[in-house]
Amino acid sequence: MGEKTDIWQGTLALMVLKTLDTLGPLHGYGLARRIEQTSGNILSLNYGTLYPALLKLEQEGSIESEWGVSENNRKAKFYRLTRVGRKQLQKEAADWEQTTAIVARFLSPTEELS
Amino acid sequence: MKRLRAWMMRVAGIFTAGPRREFAEELESHLQLHIEDNLRCGMTPEQARREAIIKLGGVESTRQSYSEQGTVPFVESFLQDVRFAIRQLIRNPGFTVVAILMLSLGMAASVAIFSFVEATLIKPLPYYQPNRLVDVNESITIFPRSNLSYLDYLDWKRMNQVFSSLEMFGGRGFLLTTPAGSEPVSGSRVSAGFFSTLGVAPILGRDFYVGEDQPGAPGSVMLSYGAWQKRFGGRRDVIGQTITLSGVPNTIIGVLPQDFHFALRGDAEFWQSFHAGDECSLRRSCHNLYGVARLKDGVSVETARANMKAIAEQLERQYPDSNRGQGASVQPLYEAIVGDIRPILLVLLAGAGLLLLIGCVNVSSLLLVRFENRKREIAVRGALGASNARLIRQFITEALVLVTTGSLLGMALAYGAMQILLRLISKDMLFSMPYLRGLGMNLHVVTFAGVMALLAAFLFSITPILRLPTTQIREGLVDGGRGTSGIFWRRFGSNLVVVELAIAMVLLVGAGLLGKSFYRLLHVELGFEPDRLATLGVNLPGLRYDTAEQKVAVGREVVNRVRSLPGVTSVGIANILAVSGNGNTDWIRFVGKPYNGEHNEVNQRDVSADYLKTLQATLISGRYFTDDEDAARPNVVIINKALAQKYFPAEDPIGKKIGDTDLSPKSIREIIGVVDDVREASLDSSIMPTVYYPFNQSPDMGFGLVARTSQPEQWLLPSIAAAIHQVDPGIGTIGESTMNRRISESQTAYLHRSSAWLVGGFAGLALLLGVIGLYGVIAYSVSQRTREIGVRMALGAQRSSVYQLILSEAGRLTVLGIVAGIVCSILAATLMRKLLFGVRSWDIATLAAVVVVLGVSALFASYIPARRAASVNPVEALRSE
Repeated sequence: MGEKTDIWQGTLALMVLKTLDTLGPLHGYGLARRIEQTSGNILSLNYGTLYPALLKLEQEGSIESEWGVSENNRKAKFYRLTRVGRKQLQKEAADWEQTTAIVARFLSPTEELS
Repeated sequence: MKRLRAWMMRVAGIFTAGPRREFAEELESHLQLHIEDNLRCGMTPEQARREAIIKLGGVESTRQSYSEQGTVPFVESFLQDVRFAIRQLIRNPGFTVVAILMLSLGMAASVAIFSFVEATLIKPLPYYQPNRLVDVNESITIFPRSNLSYLDYLDWKRMNQVFSSLEMFGGRGFLLTTPAGSEPVSGSRVSAGFFSTLGVAPILGRDFYVGEDQPGAPGSVMLSYGAWQKRFGGRRDVIGQTITLSGVPNTIIGVLPQDFHFALRGDAEFWQSFHAGDECSLRRSCHNLYGVARLKDGVSVETARANMKAIAEQLERQYPDSNRGQGASVQPLYEAIVGDIRPILLVLLAGAGLLLLIGCVNVSSLLLVRFENRKREIAVRGALGASNARLIRQFITEALVLVTTGSLLGMALAYGAMQILLRLISKDMLFSMPYLRGLGMNLHVVTFAGVMALLAAFLFSITPILRLPTTQIREGLVDGGRGTSGIFWRRFGSNLVVVELAIAMVLLVGAGLLGKSFYRLLHVELGFEPDRLATLGVNLPGLRYDTAEQKVAVGREVVNRVRSLPGVTSVGIANILAVSGNGNTDWIRFVGKPYNGEHNEVNQRDVSADYLKTLQATLISGRYFTDDEDAARPNVVIINKALAQKYFPAEDPIGKKIGDTDLSPKSIREIIGVVDDVREASLDSSIMPTVYYPFNQSPDMGFGLVARTSQPEQWLLPSIAAAIHQVDPGIGTIGESTMNRRISESQTAYLHRSSAWLVGGFAGLALLLGVIGLYGVIAYSVSQRTREIGVRMALGAQRSSVYQLILSEAGRLTVLGIVAGIVCSILAATLMRKLLFGVRSWDIATLAAVVVVLGVSALFASYIPARRAASVNPVEALRSE
């Protein structure tokens, strides 16, 4: 139970962008489930926090939304990556890799620091 | 870029409700999807729904964080506050209307007056570096700023070390020859460097070239923008055209910019290059010019003045006959233009400011009362968790809403007031104040209004905020709780009333003094009978009336023609009509009296035989002129009483002789009459010794005509001009008016009247506001003390003692206000004593009258609540416990 990790805003945006990039248009609920699944259920997401993040991305022009019909015939709002969003994803993914690589080097047990 | 886009979307989100509704739908669909999934996992419907909501993290908080992302939270809550404030204000329309009205009245008065101050005192003159320009003139004892003579001007120009240029201008009306005849037009004669000294370049054509003002240079003239538009239809081909000014052809060489004005020459339309060569410019003792100069870099006005004084002294030694007593006056040009009107404007601005202040104080005290009544609401909101900061924000918002509404309304009123005030200024006055053309709601005025509004908003929000910490939440929640608040209000609120009453008193005293000055001014001894006198200015065309004989003949002809009009009983002419101004002076000397060379400066008036009779002046001794006393007869003169008293204190002046400074034989005149002082100058100037010469012995090119009539004089004005044009259509007539109108429209009367009326208006409003304030305080105090009064009455207090209780409170405040007011108003009156005429700044009668007015009004205002207090039913008062 207590093992699950909280995630913060910037990372969530990255996850949303990546998920939409991989899977194509998704509605909010689907996105939330997918993010949890991808994390191997390690991440616990308050689904409610997803929506302000989506709104922010939409305001910034990275994604756009449209009403559609879900797989089991429910009306739902679908989010889709835009060209701006794809560029943002590439840039932030690269940033993220660089950051983690640096942090990883510090934490690596075999490295001698002195 | 991305961030900017996001912000704009958020700001747009404030004004749209659509996205929020849409989100509710999206949230609903999210929950349904989740519930369906949960049901598929085998949960019961309740469990499924519960789990979905928990996983979401709460519907309401999701909605909240979504809308925070969707809009700008700070602005959003500010708008919420504004909506709440407006609801609060609408719920209390009495308070709101009164507060906004008081505020907007004060704002309107201040902004309107400030716009005049701005146009006059703040806006720079339309010249290059106007603060480096100075007004340079001669100076004598009776006229500290008097005309320059041409020869002195040339010496000053040559000898000074302080000016980069010194130029001059002269006053001169012209007779413009038009297809319809002759039209008198305003104009000026200027030296060639006049406009380049001011730093003004023509918008069309060229400036005068150096030397264009030399004798013998061809006549050239510049047009004002107005004359160009009005008389030449704004055509560009006017340059090079020739016009005839007073019989002399002049070439139009340029047109001045639209924003150019030169108040010292009023509305001059034609700016002619000066050409020396006339009799006056050859004589050092003939003064008819003014100087204007640009200071050299780094030279101060004081340095320049010292330099010019030294030069004047040198000329005095060099030419003792003509220059004795002729000093120099140097002052900033700005000072010469607006120096007279500045004190009046400042007094008016102070009056309007006080009115605004009293309005604000009143609104603050209303706000305090409102705060007391809202204590419960505030306490409840505090108890529910509103922080002090949040409450303060609410107060500020309310103040802002009040002030914004009041200010906008005030600005609209001010705009109207500006138009009305401008229309009240007579045309002649407006000509002498061309800078008022720039009057309007410009940046300065709007900024001023903004600052006033901010100060008011600050005052209004600080009032309840100061009160806030002393309000205990618990105390506010206890119904009917008594605490320190009542006492606080009584102390603070009543101090405000004392301030209001004192301000009202200052304004009332100011208005009283100005009103009394105006009354005194209009009732000043004129020395003649102004009723039923029609007046008119006459200009003779130069070439046709060149010789003295021609002028005398046409003068006689004009007088006879007008006298024969039905309804005219008597006609006279004079080179300068009464109540025009001191000036046009002569230096005289007495035959048979010692003479030390000092100049005996006297007004010189050339008048026809019937002029003084027509005015109904009082002849003290001797006789008036006869019409046949002309150049062929011995020279005669009539003197006024002031001259007789000054120079013949203990003898009979009749039969004595006067002459010019050299006592040249042809200047010797015998005194044949002494007339009581006729007011030659403006109403508030002193009486100067005056000599009256027969017009027929000393004729002029231009003169004024007065006609005594048996019917209302304005009926005759058109026929008088027509009669003169019958003599010669080429004669120009100007300024048809009546003597009474000339007096009441004179600048002195105008300035006194407008300041008396305006300050009177402010004072009336201030009295009203002050009395309303007092009423408010007493009424509130009564409402707070109803229970106390009930107890007193139940214990046997008489109604009269209740009256006494309330009235003594009101009386104490009134007396305090009046005492403070007396001190302040004597101070204020001392500051404005320059504007007073015939009244001392501590005029006891005015002070006493104001005290009575204020006292009675205050008594009346407190009587109403006192009566309510006395009619309290003790049983009901106590039952309401």
